[in-house]
Amino acid sequence: MNVAISSSSEKPIYQQLFEQISAQILKGELPSGYCLPPIRQAAQELQISVITVKKAWEELERSRLIHTITGKGCFVAEFTNEEMLRMRNEMISKQMAIDASYYKSFGLTLEEVIAMMKEIYQ
Amino acid sequence: MLALDIQNLNKKYDHFQLKNVTFQLEKGYIMGFIGANGAGKTTTIKSILNMIQLDSGDVRIMGKRMAEHELELKQDIGCAFGGIEFYTRSKIGKLTEVIKPFYKNWDDDTYYGYLKRFKLDENKKIAELSTGMKVKYNLAIALSHGAKLLILDEPTSGLDPVARDDLLDIFQTLVIDGEISILFSTHITSDLEKCADFITYIDNGQIINSADKEEFKASYRLLNGKESELGQVKDKLISYKINSFGFTGLIHAKDFDPASEIRSALPTLEEIMVYFAKKEEAYV
Repeated sequence: MNVAISSSSEKPIYQQLFEQISAQILKGELPSGYCLPPIRQAAQELQISVITVKKAWEELERSRLIHTITGKGCFVAEFTNEEMLRMRNEMISKQMAIDASYYKSFGLTLEEVIAMMKEIYQ
Repeated sequence: MLALDIQNLNKKYDHFQLKNVTFQLEKGYIMGFIGANGAGKTTTIKSILNMIQLDSGDVRIMGKRMAEHELELKQDIGCAFGGIEFYTRSKIGKLTEVIKPFYKNWDDDTYYGYLKRFKLDENKKIAELSTGMKVKYNLAIALSHGAKLLILDEPTSGLDPVARDDLLDIFQTLVIDGEISILFSTHITSDLEKCADFITYIDNGQIINSADKEEFKASYRLLNGKESELGQVKDKLISYKINSFGFTGLIHAKDFDPASEIRSALPTLEEIMVYFAKKEEAYV
């Protein structure tokens, strides 16, 4: 598991944790059954508070990306390919909505955005 | 279980008073206690430890009332204040010999471990110690008798960045099993950003807010707008500053309409403190 926390970011730290870990799960980098480190240990290693890690883990659980086995720990859940695809698309469209409103604020049309995107994507 | 449960502390002095100070700390967590100089942090801490006679109020530590179980509870409390104003001509080792017998669970191995970690020399006299060294010595004592609750008054002040980072690491290691709880006051807010689970903010003797850190910050917004937009929110701002780019001000999140044109951001703890302090000035 790979996490980089920025304390100067506008995003709350638990949000950063949640986003980075869920991205890794949805990209398949963290396989199902992968055991997440215990909350208090993660907090100490990342030098963030226990509550912050707890919130991120809870958020992951609510999104059904991980599940908790009492006394054993938190594990990456199992999903079918369709579920994975659906969750991935949900996450990407959330980011797209943010980006789109930024483009709109400059008055770009959809065609212009697509044209620029094509260029950048190559 | 609550490690610390403080209800309605009141203490009146001529020019200052604690007013209904109430907050709780859950076992196994770290709470940062913030506030400006003279806001009442030390007075609150001293009244928790029964070093000040309260006018009214109730302090419970690990479920027991401090007023009735003081001696028993103090075995389980580690506390540290900034300086050491006694036995200043004695050596560290000598002072430790004096303090040690008071604690049933004193552990020499832990003590020498911390002396080593803090690079403290037992043969140095108290008077020869720098501010930072005194803080470290106080902490070594506080950490060496198996305390379940640490109450530390500005433990990081006077420490250099490396020593502060090391201390925060010690804090996080101490709470890892969920058994030890820590309350520490500070005005170095970056320390809290790193390791505090809860923040309690005291201003002018009153608790402004006590909540988990993210929640605490999320209950405020820092606004950034044009001077012409100030009128829309002026009444609701806690305080604001005007400069040539417009205004910046702090507002309670519940008072701010997110659909507004005014740009808003999550404030840092430091910004929250600064804007509350400005509010005070406005009344003077």
